[in-house]
Amino acid sequence: MITLFKKTLPIILFQNSVEENILVVSSNNLQFSLTCLKKHIGYNYKMLTYIAGLDLYGLLYRFCVVYDLLSLTYNTRIRIKVYLTETGSVDSITNIYLNSNWWEREIWDLFGIYFENHPDLRRILTDYGFEGFPLRKDFPLYGYVELRYDETKKNIVVEPIELSQNFRFFEFETPW
Amino acid sequence: MILKKKDFIRTLKNFTINFGPQHPAAHGVLRLILELDGEVVLKADPHIGLLHRGTEKLIEYKTYLQALPYFDRLDYVSMMAQEHTYSLAVEKLANVKVPRRAKIIRVVFCEITRILNHLLAVGCHAMDVGAMTPFLWAFEEREKLMEFYERVSGARMHAAYIRPGGVSADIPLGLLDDIYLFISQFSIRLDEMEEMLTSNRIWKERLVDIGVVTSNDSIAWGFSGVMLRGSGLPWDLRKNVPYEIYNELNFSVPVGINGDCFDRYLIRIEEMRQSLNIIESCLNLIKQGPIKTLNYKLTAPSRNEIKNSMEAVIHHFKYYTEGLIPFFGETYTATEAPKGEFGVYLVSNNTEKPYRCKIKAPGFGHLQALNFMSRGHMIADVVTIIGTQDIVFGEVDR
Repeated sequence: MITLFKKTLPIILFQNSVEENILVVSSNNLQFSLTCLKKHIGYNYKMLTYIAGLDLYGLLYRFCVVYDLLSLTYNTRIRIKVYLTETGSVDSITNIYLNSNWWEREIWDLFGIYFENHPDLRRILTDYGFEGFPLRKDFPLYGYVELRYDETKKNIVVEPIELSQNFRFFEFETPW
Repeated sequence: MILKKKDFIRTLKNFTINFGPQHPAAHGVLRLILELDGEVVLKADPHIGLLHRGTEKLIEYKTYLQALPYFDRLDYVSMMAQEHTYSLAVEKLANVKVPRRAKIIRVVFCEITRILNHLLAVGCHAMDVGAMTPFLWAFEEREKLMEFYERVSGARMHAAYIRPGGVSADIPLGLLDDIYLFISQFSIRLDEMEEMLTSNRIWKERLVDIGVVTSNDSIAWGFSGVMLRGSGLPWDLRKNVPYEIYNELNFSVPVGINGDCFDRYLIRIEEMRQSLNIIESCLNLIKQGPIKTLNYKLTAPSRNEIKNSMEAVIHHFKYYTEGLIPFFGETYTATEAPKGEFGVYLVSNNTEKPYRCKIKAPGFGHLQALNFMSRGHMIADVVTIIGTQDIVFGEVDR
C-alpha cells in the first residue's frame, strides 16, 4: 500500500496512527493528490467524509486541514493532511468533491483558514456578524461579547462579556 | 409614442421567502431562504448555526470523561449511538479491550436507540406531510424505550451510559425480560403504522418520486446511512466495518431501488424490524460477566472495592478528577448511527484533555444537499425532503 502511494502521489510524509493511514501533502499538490485518489483505479476514494481543521498553536505551520476520504469499493479510509502557516491558504476542492462546500465554510468560519476559489465562502455556524475564529486555540472559551435583549431599546444589544467568575482550569502543580 | 421592442419583454422577479427558523416543519431551527418561481423551488439556501453551542470548543476544555455527556446532546433523538462512537474512539486511542457483556449491552442499547430515532423520524415525517396519528403511536412506543434508558442509567434521554471502557453500570434485574416483552409486541405496532402509511394514497402521492437521489449523486454528496442505502448502495458500517459484536449477529441491510423519499421511509421501517432481530439475538447471547474493563486507570472501581481498598479510593479519585490519559495519536472512528455515519475525529496529545475533537455529523452532510434535492420541486415537497433527511439540529449545528 505504501509503495503504491509513493509511486503515484507527491507525499511528504506517511503516518500511521492506530492503524489508520495518514498522508501529508503540500498545499500546492493537494488538488492533484485528491484527484488522483478519487480517480485512480487502485484507490477509488469516491467519497469525502469530512474536512477538519486543526490549530497547532505555537508551531510555524500553525494550521492543518484534514481531509478524510472513503473508498466504497475497497472499504478503506485515508486521511490527507495539509499544513499551513498562519497566513497561508489552501485551494478549495469543491471542483473535485461537491460536498466539501460546507465543510470548508465551517473551517473558514471556525478557524479562519481561507479557501481559494471557493464558490460561496460565508460564515456558517456562528451568528450573523460574528467576529473572530472560535476554534483557534487563542480564542477564549467564553468569547468576547454577550448578547441580551434590551427592554428599553426593544432590541438585542451586544456588549463585552462580563463574568462574575472566570473559567478555572484546575491545572495546578502537584506539591509532590 | 413609438413602442420599443424591449417594452414587450416583461422581467419577472423571483419570489424569495424565508422558511423558519420557527416553523414546525423545519425540525428545529432551520432557516431556509427559498427562491421561488411560482410554487417551484429554484434555490434553497439553508442558514444553519442557530443552535450552535460550540461543543467542539467546550470538549477541548474538558477531560475525556466530562466530554462524554456532550455527545448525548448532539443528536438528541439518538443519544447512546453517539456516546458509543465517542467511547469507541477513546478506547481506540487508549487501547482498551471491552468485556463481552458490555459489548452486548452496548449493541442492545444502540439498536434501541435506532428504533427510538426511526420512530421519531417516521412519525415526524408523517406529521409534516399531514398524518397526525402515526406520530402519536410512535411517541407512545418511544416512551417505553426511554423507560429502558431510565432504568439502566437514571435518565430518560441524556443517559451518559456507554462510557470509555464499558458501560457505567450493570443492567438492573428484570430489564432484559421487559425488553423481550417489548420486542415481541413492537412488530405489531410497526404493522399498525405500516397499515396507516405504506399503502396510503396521500402518503404515497407526497413521497413517491420526491427527492430522488441517484447512487452516483449520493456518493458525490457524501451521504451515509439511510440516505445512501435509499439510493441502492448496500453500505452499512455494521456490516462493512463491524464493531462490537455485529459480525456475530445475523441481520440484513435493506436497500432502496428508486432513491426517493418513499424508499427511504420503507428502509427506516425495515431497519426497525432488523433491530428487533438484533436485540433478540443479543438477549440470547448475553451472559454474566464484568461490564467494564478492570484497568482502573481507565474506569472507576466499584463501590464495594472503594469500601475495602485504599488503592481503589485513590483510583476513584484520580479517575473522576484527572480522568483517563490516552496515548499520543489521532483516530477517526465512525459507527452506523441511526441517521448515518456518525464519526469522531479525536486528536490526543497524551494529556487528560482532547487536543481536538471533530464531530462528523451525518445531518450536516445531508443538509447541504437540500438545495440539490429540492430544486425543481414544489415548496410543499421541501418539507418532505427535510423530513426524509431526518435532520436534527443538535448535530448539524453542534
